[in-house]
Amino acid sequence: MGSRMLMKGNEAVGEAAIRSGCRYYFGYPITPQNELTAYMAKRMPEVGGTFIQAESEIAAINMVYGAAAAGQRAMTSSSGPGISLKQEGISYLAGAELPCFFVNVVRGGPGLGNIAPAQSDYFQATRGGGHGDYRVIVLAPNGVQEMADLTMLGFHLADKYRNPAMVLADGILGQMLEPMEFRRPDFPPLPPKDWAVGNMENRTSRLVSSLFLGEGELEKHNLDLQKKYDKIQAEEVRWEGLMLEDAKVALVAYGTSARIARGAVIQGRAQGLKVGLCRPITVWPFPSQIVGQISENVKNILVVEMSMGQMVEDVRLAVEGRCEVHFYGSTGGGIPAAEEILERVKRLI
Amino acid sequence: MAKAFSRPATFRDVSTNYCPGCGHGIIQRLVAEVVDEMGIRERTIGLPPVGCAVYLDLYLDFDMVQPAHGRTPAVATGLKRALPDHIIIGYEGDGGLAAIGTAEVIHAANRGENITMIFVNNAVYGMTGGQMAPTTLVDQKTATTPLGRNPERDGYPLRLCELLATLDGAAYLVRTTVSSPANVRKTKKAIRKAIEVQMGKLGFSMVEVLSPCPTNWGLNPVDAMKWIEEKMISYFPLGEFKTPEDKNEVLIDDTPKREPKTK
Repeated sequence: MGSRMLMKGNEAVGEAAIRSGCRYYFGYPITPQNELTAYMAKRMPEVGGTFIQAESEIAAINMVYGAAAAGQRAMTSSSGPGISLKQEGISYLAGAELPCFFVNVVRGGPGLGNIAPAQSDYFQATRGGGHGDYRVIVLAPNGVQEMADLTMLGFHLADKYRNPAMVLADGILGQMLEPMEFRRPDFPPLPPKDWAVGNMENRTSRLVSSLFLGEGELEKHNLDLQKKYDKIQAEEVRWEGLMLEDAKVALVAYGTSARIARGAVIQGRAQGLKVGLCRPITVWPFPSQIVGQISENVKNILVVEMSMGQMVEDVRLAVEGRCEVHFYGSTGGGIPAAEEILERVKRLI
Repeated sequence: MAKAFSRPATFRDVSTNYCPGCGHGIIQRLVAEVVDEMGIRERTIGLPPVGCAVYLDLYLDFDMVQPAHGRTPAVATGLKRALPDHIIIGYEGDGGLAAIGTAEVIHAANRGENITMIFVNNAVYGMTGGQMAPTTLVDQKTATTPLGRNPERDGYPLRLCELLATLDGAAYLVRTTVSSPANVRKTKKAIRKAIEVQMGKLGFSMVEVLSPCPTNWGLNPVDAMKWIEEKMISYFPLGEFKTPEDKNEVLIDDTPKREPKTK
């Protein structure tokens, strides 16, 4: 196992990517993810990899598309406005079933918004984001350790399912320093990339494409994609529970909000409040079954987000009216306070 | 008796979707001939983006990666960096390279990416029904310039070779046409030279081909070829705009030869 070190979230993603075998990074500067771009500019040449500062986020994601089509582990990163520009390419990657990994270090929106941390890109991340019926695997870390761990998992899941996978972080997770270590996950072997282009000796030609013009071809392709998404939903849900066993109020929060919610739970328990926390680690696939089960045992659910209410819709869909679902959010760079969360919990218990 | 003319092995034995008199079939056949003559099929990757160019994979039998409209030079960049000993041939129209993908082509050329773009300039958006292209001539009538292209409203036809020729990373820029057998032969020569430039790692290469679109020009195939010669060439002059000889660089293929690999 590696030794513990102090690292910034953005840099932890970069190093974890390199340790996952990623040798192609294509980026474009945007705050608050610039440490990642700078880290890759320095590290990629050291490991014989490729770093390109592209002319735009659109070009960067399309360079990822090219390297991924050649069967290589490739990535890009950005923040909200840049991720919006990458959506065209992400849709093509999903349509062509190319694995790739990317990070959204979310800042406040809409538009140019600000550079403060936010969770307001949840809809964009978990609903595909671009055009067409597709899904991206979305991993939501709660600290620097998970920034690294989920990057490694992201590359693995992307290859396993031939699908884009992403880390949905925010400005706090990207910028903060925490002690962490680079683990060596023991992932099962992956299928061969027998679809990648290049080295055509002794085989027929291959086509990497998201175009299906023939009668019924796109319908079949989309149904096949859906089967894949169903499998991901059945097998790849990850979440963490805290003191849910006897909870009367369950908090549901991810990422930075979950860190604050965790503090609220610990404070609340010290005051004798029966409160627990459900933290989705995969926000797509969303732990709907888990949230559904929790809703059978609690009086109220309180969803905490750094947005005006996005994940709360997934919670309501999972709860299906079995208990009341409340929302507490902050926006525009504001961060929910543990005390505010506790005040609401007290009213709901 | 020796066969004097036959189908290149890389050119699939199928009928094309192209309209009678279309230039795409000629240009794609030339690419196939060059690839076969150079013996590089196993390490050539083509990029068919959108519009009529998207059918490239139906006709040319080597690996293909289909990019989004205009993003060909960026996808080609990713491919080339991942497979530096492969020959990457982007095939794109005027909408892709001179409108939506202007940033991508300028910056791929400026980085000196060792890729080759075949730029089919037919002065019109073909597959979508004949709208104005960035290369549509002044006064030319299209679906979106029904009274003719008015430069005061629509700007002027964009000369991409001339634009890219200012960039240090661009190694070979040439404009040809397929309007006559002699011009077809010159186009083939240019395609070969562009690929040699790529294999010599001399930088970005692009062959712009003035190509007929009789359907959207409202002309018969013969008159469409005449229209190129009488109208297009005066605005889009033929010739080499940049060559490696300008920099006294020599064409040498130093790409390592690969042993055949089994999967």
